[in-house]
Amino acid sequence: MNLMDFLAAAPEMTLLGLICVVMIADLFIEDERRVHTFWLSMISLAITAAVLQATSPDTRVVIFDGSYVSDSLSQVLKLGAVLFVALAFLYARDYLRANDLNKGEFYLLGLFGLLGMMIMMSANSLLTMYLGLETLSLSLYALVAFDRNNVTSAESAMKFFVLGAIASGALLYGISWIYGVTGSIQFHEIYAAISADPSLNNLPLWFGLAFLIVGIAFKFGGVPFHMWLPDVYQGARTPVTLYLASAPKLAALALTLRILVDGLGGLHETWGTMIMVVAVLSLLVGNLVAIAQTNIKRMLGYSTIGHVGFILLAIFCGTAEGNAAALFYTLTYVVAAAGAFGVIVLMSRSGYDVELLTDFNGLNARSPWFALMMMFLMFSMAGVPPFIGFFAKLNVISAVLAAGFPGLAVLMVLVTVIGAFYYLKVIWFMYFEEAEDKAVLQASTDTRLVLSLNSVAVLALGIVPGWLLALCIDVLS
Amino acid sequence: MLFHSILFYVFAAIMFGAALGVVFSRNPVHSVMLLVLTFFNAAVLWLMAEAEFLAIVLVLVYVGAVMVLFLFVVMMLDVNVEAAKRGLTRYAPFGIAIALLMVVELMQLIWLRSQVGDTVGGFVPNPEGYSNTKALGSVLYTEHVYAFEIAAVILLLAIIAAITLTMRKRPGLKVQNIAKQVGVRAKDRIRVVKMDAEKKS
Amino acid sequence: MADFFAGLVPGFVWDIWNSLPPLVQYLTVTVWKILFLTIGVILIVAFSTYFERKVIGSMQARVGPNRVGPLGLLQPFADVIKLLIKEVIVPSQSSKFLFVVAPLLSLTPALATWAVIPLNNWYVIADINAGLLYVLALTSVGVYGVILAGWATNSKYALLGAMRSAAQIVAYEIAMGFALVGVLMASGSLNLGAIVEAQSGGFSQWFLLPLLPLFVVYWISGVAETNRAPFDVAEGESEIVAGFHVEYSGVAFAVFFLAEYANMVLISTLTAIFFLGGWASPFEGWTFLNDISWLAWLTVGGLPWLFAKMCLFMYTFFWLRATFPRYRYDQIMRLGWKVFIPVTIVWIAVEGAMAWFHIGPWSGLSA
Repeated sequence: MNLMDFLAAAPEMTLLGLICVVMIADLFIEDERRVHTFWLSMISLAITAAVLQATSPDTRVVIFDGSYVSDSLSQVLKLGAVLFVALAFLYARDYLRANDLNKGEFYLLGLFGLLGMMIMMSANSLLTMYLGLETLSLSLYALVAFDRNNVTSAESAMKFFVLGAIASGALLYGISWIYGVTGSIQFHEIYAAISADPSLNNLPLWFGLAFLIVGIAFKFGGVPFHMWLPDVYQGARTPVTLYLASAPKLAALALTLRILVDGLGGLHETWGTMIMVVAVLSLLVGNLVAIAQTNIKRMLGYSTIGHVGFILLAIFCGTAEGNAAALFYTLTYVVAAAGAFGVIVLMSRSGYDVELLTDFNGLNARSPWFALMMMFLMFSMAGVPPFIGFFAKLNVISAVLAAGFPGLAVLMVLVTVIGAFYYLKVIWFMYFEEAEDKAVLQASTDTRLVLSLNSVAVLALGIVPGWLLALCIDVLS
Repeated sequence: MLFHSILFYVFAAIMFGAALGVVFSRNPVHSVMLLVLTFFNAAVLWLMAEAEFLAIVLVLVYVGAVMVLFLFVVMMLDVNVEAAKRGLTRYAPFGIAIALLMVVELMQLIWLRSQVGDTVGGFVPNPEGYSNTKALGSVLYTEHVYAFEIAAVILLLAIIAAITLTMRKRPGLKVQNIAKQVGVRAKDRIRVVKMDAEKKS
Repeated sequence: MADFFAGLVPGFVWDIWNSLPPLVQYLTVTVWKILFLTIGVILIVAFSTYFERKVIGSMQARVGPNRVGPLGLLQPFADVIKLLIKEVIVPSQSSKFLFVVAPLLSLTPALATWAVIPLNNWYVIADINAGLLYVLALTSVGVYGVILAGWATNSKYALLGAMRSAAQIVAYEIAMGFALVGVLMASGSLNLGAIVEAQSGGFSQWFLLPLLPLFVVYWISGVAETNRAPFDVAEGESEIVAGFHVEYSGVAFAVFFLAEYANMVLISTLTAIFFLGGWASPFEGWTFLNDISWLAWLTVGGLPWLFAKMCLFMYTFFWLRATFPRYRYDQIMRLGWKVFIPVTIVWIAVEGAMAWFHIGPWSGLSA
């Protein structure tokens, strides 16, 4: 192996180097000029994206003795992750400044989290996957506890940390079982071992698999391993929730696809059932409980659980079409989630966090443009045509139908209808309720512009969904 | 080989006893010390399996650093052990059931491997001059270099996360500026004034 | 080694010896080696207390002990007898078992480390591959004695001393370990004998100059690890009475004392081995000395050289004690974390770069 072989991993290396630069530079930046750290981080992200583009692989490249894979899936997911982390940073900037949280570590931890996600997206062995996951999780724990003077933040971080550690333990335990049975930690070797010797497909392997599913479901936030998610969404400061709700979902998708499809694709019959149970429960619990919420962050947390149900059902199909639908759904959902939390961040002012649904009262009268944007995002999440969320749901439903499960398709339609209720409730509050506070939303020009682009994207993508869908199918074929 | 077996069982028995002691000891400091003993015996067992690097690193890292800090914390906290232990008998059957389940599963896995015919046929001593420190090093820096580097990144991240969460600038805290203290000169502090002697009145 | 003894004993003894099974031979030799070494270390410890008092005495323009025996040479034995016949008082509220065990826990690692230390080219009890790691592991275990003593005593001063000691040792161990990484890189081996061999060829080949920063860091960290002045905050007579051993008396105190001095001897010897060529002669390779018959012994390596180098460092210990006031606790922490660790890391990087570009004495390393 010569040095040029490492070139495929150049994005990760670049990002790590840039993180170190930001880290050192941040030491010398005073609090008042912390915005420089922000710009440095943005430049780092831009350079990483450029390197990603430049090293875009034509074929599947496996390096580091099988620990690292670079293919079109990792490429798409990584670009997405870089984009969403940049969005989260941009939306967070003014909020952090206004709320006396203006520490460089926010960006630093965010960049480390991105590195963890990229490692996960390119993982070709269970070990690398686990290490990437830990890098991501550790950054997230610290980010959730970022505002250490805030009791709810601390509480939710503690909950997140303890439960996350247990989930990591479960995942690791499952990994050791899989290794014990198949004798390898690399996905393609596990796949080969299982297809070569069907007698391996037995109870110990299923046992390990069950633990893997627990870990995956936890990291995704699937019922019954979802307990942390609403609390953390609510407890964390809103920019952190925004970060948490966007890019890590892509990493969770990579975790699921790499392990279940690349590694354990031969066991689809076994894990399919487990995933299906988690997915159906997520759909029901997420959408039903969301109705009762009065806190917008918590409501979006439960709605996330509902969306995870869709993604997992798409993976449950076990077909290339299903996987493409899952990728498409995740990408589009993350666009909408980033936008929605972006609006919440924007509405928060110094010393006052938008938490309650009633805070949206009369937003139309205050800032009609942002009310319109929020309406777009809510419509997309609810799955109203012609917004992109509609096509995402449609794809999943058609994939499930194609795989021969009409009952599940009916269930999905039903929960979509239920879900529409609470999304429309937000719109109702914005347009038909009186605002107590008439102040117009303040935002810097770049945030305003990017947020508008983000929100209009759900409409624009919905009008021309073809290319994104084609990309997803192309990536996963 | 008999000598070897006797040693193995003696150390294994001490380790087992110490491990039980960790759980059942009423005093957390005693628990920590018994855990240290457990680590030592585990290290000896590894040493007997010719894994001298792992054995010594276990002592170096766990006994020499991690457990010291553990002890540090345990001594600082005034843990009410009686209260914590009260639930033990209540949850014991549950814990025992889970432990038994895990034992059964492990047995099954071992049985499975023996079926495949992949068992390790007895202990094969390493050849003369074999250094498993070298062997581990060469694997870590070639085959597993990626995972190794990520682990290093995780440690860096842990440092940053810990500092983020604990370092705060407390207002009103008085600290010395040591460079300034060292840099001070006599003429900054003392002003020698020349004046004529005063007449005694 | 066998040849050395063969000349000393009559032939029939040698025949009986050769008829014994190898395991018995091995055990006998090892037990004798351990005995000799332990007695040697303890004697060195005893006389180093005398040495210390004399050195500090002369530095303070005093005479030092001179009453017991000729020149006061029997003073250490008088001290030992005094300590042995004193009563050991165990405080009533203490954790008795740990209180008694703690001194032993601090002595055992100090003596056990000697197992891998080569005194000359054949006298080493266990010539193991990972000797350097073993040394690091055991020196780090020594802290338990101090911590447990502090806790078991059930006194706030003792506990304060224990806490200080724990934090200090953990901090300096890292710098020590990194300094040893530099030695390891230069010698290419973890075996202490091989590290000495790598420095053979006179003092120009010693690691002292090429690894000067690491040598300084290692030596100062060693002083800190042994809780000696100016890093003796764990005892801190003027602040926390006597720190962790405030309630110890008689034999129990003597064991702590023995452990502290044994550790000093150990650190001195290790520094000599790592940076000053161990038992190698500084004049090795000066062939013209061989022609002068009465100077020829200078070029031969062996135990006397190691002993001389160890004494040099022991002297430095006492010198430091007589010269410097005690460090303040936060300054100790600052020195350990913010000065030593960065220095060692930088020097390891420098050393790596030099080895890569074949500069300096390590040109054979990258192969």
